[in-house]
Amino acid sequence: MAQTYRTMLVDPMVDNNPITLQVLGICSALAVTSSLQVAAVMAIAVTLVTGFSSMFISAIRTQIPGSIRIIVQMIIIASLVIVVDQVLKAYAYEISKTLSVFVGLIITNCIVMGRAEAFAMKNPPIASFVDGVGNGLGYGLILMMVGFIRELLGSGSLFGVTILPTVNNGGWYVPNGLLLLPPSAFFVIGLLIWGFRSWKPEQVEEREYRIQTVEAH
Amino acid sequence: MPDKDTNNRVNETGEAEFTPEMNPPVRDEPLTEAQKARKGPIRRFLDTPPDNTVKTVVVALALCLVASMVVSAAAVSLRPLQEQNAALDKQVNIVEVAGRYEEGMDVAAAFADFEPHVVELATGAFADGADIEGQVLDPLTFDDRAAADDLTLSAPLDDDPAGIGRQANYVTVYLLRAEDGSLDKVILPVYGYGLWSTLYGFIAVEEDGNTIYGLQFYEHAETPGLGAEVDNPRWKALWRGKKLRDDEGDLKINVGKTVTAAGPDYHVDALSGATLTSRGVDSLVRFWMSERGFEPFLERVRAGEI
Repeated sequence: MAQTYRTMLVDPMVDNNPITLQVLGICSALAVTSSLQVAAVMAIAVTLVTGFSSMFISAIRTQIPGSIRIIVQMIIIASLVIVVDQVLKAYAYEISKTLSVFVGLIITNCIVMGRAEAFAMKNPPIASFVDGVGNGLGYGLILMMVGFIRELLGSGSLFGVTILPTVNNGGWYVPNGLLLLPPSAFFVIGLLIWGFRSWKPEQVEEREYRIQTVEAH
Repeated sequence: MPDKDTNNRVNETGEAEFTPEMNPPVRDEPLTEAQKARKGPIRRFLDTPPDNTVKTVVVALALCLVASMVVSAAAVSLRPLQEQNAALDKQVNIVEVAGRYEEGMDVAAAFADFEPHVVELATGAFADGADIEGQVLDPLTFDDRAAADDLTLSAPLDDDPAGIGRQANYVTVYLLRAEDGSLDKVILPVYGYGLWSTLYGFIAVEEDGNTIYGLQFYEHAETPGLGAEVDNPRWKALWRGKKLRDDEGDLKINVGKTVTAAGPDYHVDALSGATLTSRGVDSLVRFWMSERGFEPFLERVRAGEI
């Protein structure tokens, strides 16, 4: 099937979403989704890193020796992540303080490596860039959905703006503290995957094992 | 209907359409000997198959060189902005530990209320403008961190509970005065080793020189969710109103999991799941509040000399 730039960009949003279909990048999705602002910055950072790392890797793909290709990919990704981290420290200091560890962990985000190895090594630079951006946006979409639910129900606010006045501040809403803790992201992502697969049943995987009745002899 | 997608289909070889998952890297057509001879050495190198040893080494070295240049260029060009941010963040923390911080306020204006002084730790006396072997100690520009590494301004520690190696002889403290000019709070810089990192912070002490108003760290790299809970407002709130010393003048403040014999006024509950960070905070607070830390200065505060 021939792919166009549009399908490359849109496919990873729903039909081939890195989190809900491929179940990659869950670690950082748990960690950075307790507030929408942080989730948004992380989504932008991952999108930029996936896009540009795919583009640079693709640009030199005919020259990359097979024996060291993973290291070459890692160096490119790591350099970009350091640049992103430095830019955040210079222009968004407060957010970089909360994100610092997780920005570094973009290097190990399976989505970035996955797109480099599966797509960028076989395709021209512009297509790889679009594919990387698409996957970053697909990741960001889920991050924002999880962040929306967690911040709204956990702190009663969105982007730090109070939506449901909490009891602590004289309002009526009793915030659900569980949603501020990382495990709640598991529940939310699980429910999202369930929702996505009910909406698009073709995403449901084949069962690996099936319980069968065996005739007794 | 014209297929608008056709325009989007590109390929290095200019074919109308491509199938990304199946397209192998495009290689040049085989060349004649004459064509090969016309090419430069770089082109000939690029045409060699990527898997021979020389090429592997050259590609690795070239990539590392380019990557390191990109990283250093970013780090060097953005450093002034980052330092400015760090300085502003320190001011925010000083204002915040004194309980004067509000979201969206003009930090520089609020920070102007604080009176910086360089203090000689051993005597507790102000050393503003003192000339130490050619270095003039200006409270506005004095760099505590640099001083701790400066051989003439610091001394090594043999008994070093806070894990800081060398201690500066001079540090910057900040005074906050009430409207009638009397002392309201003193803000003292403290630092020490936790589990992974040195925690840098400030302690605000009330005008009696013995009651803690607040403790706050502005820089550390402890585990998020465990040691980094030193930033949790609920834990920081535990420090308010705690006493450093009992009536006999013995240093009793401590961070631990059970209340000591001294009583709850001198005890801050340790962070669960962060034993080593809590121990580090305990050591550093006790070290800096001891005779080797700010005690000579706090004595002067208690005596009403400041």
